[in-house]
Amino acid sequence: MGKVLMKGNEAIGEAAIRAGCLNYFAYPITPQSEVAEYLSRRLPEAGGVFLQGESEVAVSYMIFGAAACGERVFTTSSSPGISLMSEGISYITAAQCPAVFVNIMRGGPGLGGILPSQADYMQSVKGGGHGDYKLLVMAPASVQEAVEMMMGAFALAEKYRNPVMILGDGLIGQMMEPVEFPDSLKAEPTNKDDWATNGMATRNRKRRNLVKTLYLDPEELNSHNLMLKAKYEQMEREEVRYEAYNVDGDYRVLIVSYGTMSRVCRTAIDNLKEQGFEVGMIRPQTVFPFPKTAIYAAVDRQSCRAVLCVEMSMGQMVEDVERSVSGRRPVHWYGKCGGEVPTPEEVMEEVRKIVK
Amino acid sequence: MQNEIQFAGFGGQGIMLMGQIMAQAAMDQGYEVVWIPSYGPEMRGGTAYCTVVISDRPIGSPIIRNPKHLVAMNRPSLEKFAPAVKSGGIIFINSSIISIDAGRDDVDVLKVPIIEIAKELGNVKAANIVALAAFVSRSQVVDFERLRESVKVKFASKEKLIPLNMKALEEGQKAAMAT
Repeated sequence: MGKVLMKGNEAIGEAAIRAGCLNYFAYPITPQSEVAEYLSRRLPEAGGVFLQGESEVAVSYMIFGAAACGERVFTTSSSPGISLMSEGISYITAAQCPAVFVNIMRGGPGLGGILPSQADYMQSVKGGGHGDYKLLVMAPASVQEAVEMMMGAFALAEKYRNPVMILGDGLIGQMMEPVEFPDSLKAEPTNKDDWATNGMATRNRKRRNLVKTLYLDPEELNSHNLMLKAKYEQMEREEVRYEAYNVDGDYRVLIVSYGTMSRVCRTAIDNLKEQGFEVGMIRPQTVFPFPKTAIYAAVDRQSCRAVLCVEMSMGQMVEDVERSVSGRRPVHWYGKCGGEVPTPEEVMEEVRKIVK
Repeated sequence: MQNEIQFAGFGGQGIMLMGQIMAQAAMDQGYEVVWIPSYGPEMRGGTAYCTVVISDRPIGSPIIRNPKHLVAMNRPSLEKFAPAVKSGGIIFINSSIISIDAGRDDVDVLKVPIIEIAKELGNVKAANIVALAAFVSRSQVVDFERLRESVKVKFASKEKLIPLNMKALEEGQKAAMAT
């Protein structure tokens, strides 16, 4: 199959099916409702199950149930919906069940707006729900990348027995781009018999599997958290992904930006280059684990005088960038979060301003 | 080389479809392409617009404040978006229902009475295809033959409408050449 022109939301739904996931439970919310619209038709056709829950809270526990039974499962929502799911996500993470959550972010806080935003960065990478847990969070910058991340997400969720989140801004869901679904990204089935509640009798097991999140014994809970922590440390060692752009020359400013915002920055960098002003960029593809070593190395370049963090939020990624830069260069922020995407010209102006 | 085309009108005029047909044609021709709808809150009957970006290299910013070309299907769209069009671009005007001018002397203005033309073809709904054909014929942003194929792909599930739309393409092309 060659390239097809698809809307991000539909491509995300199709990618899940192609990866081998046939269970999808969701509750509609702009700007990602087309995922449910698409899958309500496409999933039954593919032999899968589509169910609309009565709320996002209910959906998160439907995901928990299916995942605990060893089924591959995912859901999609947008910011306020993800807030409602956060309780369930905390439980799923505690119970070490693999599942995939997609957040096509809209403006907040509260009901906010329906236009693109990246204001759920903190919620996504620092937990979101209660307790010590993290999600593996990938942030696509194109529809093709959303497809590839989505297809790869199931294997990662199963490798770590931890939820994976795809974090896209509204534009990732709404825009159409040519896409391909690489067969090579189909997730192989994994054996879940040693933990999933997938039927003791049929699998000839002696011991009953138990999926739980309650640990009243303090020592037991502490060890449980240490074990979860070890998984997040393993993610930091093995799963960091980023793209470096225009970092071969003597750049005066290093931009850190992700998602659609990074594409605007790429245009700004190209334009500035034509004017003889070199700017490099590190684009995190995983925002947890964060590419801190890459950023640390990138600011080491003698020509680099400052770092500019560009995002559609009020600077939520800045603390991760500062942590990576470790005080060796000033870190600035530029962004908007009302739904309007900053233009290349605005980014260019900001870059010039900080090295004046 | 990058081309940006904004299609604008009111809901029901087939604005999104025009952009999708063009995006499909550009993709088939081997270009990089992005189609972006306006998805802000709108009233029924309010304005609808989409932007198609066509490029020979990977597309950076998908957000275009100053498109190269505008296809204006109603008056509010022309008034709102004409000032933002880049100098040297094309402004297409649906002259069946837009009685004013573009107010620009640095762009190529193409006026076509697409609704009358579509009515003569027997179906007013084909007006958007007439407009698309006229615009492509003037701007050459994609090959006309690709556009024809792309229309066939889009109407594959409504096959009986294909002959009508093929005629609409021809009439649009003729109208653009006559002005």
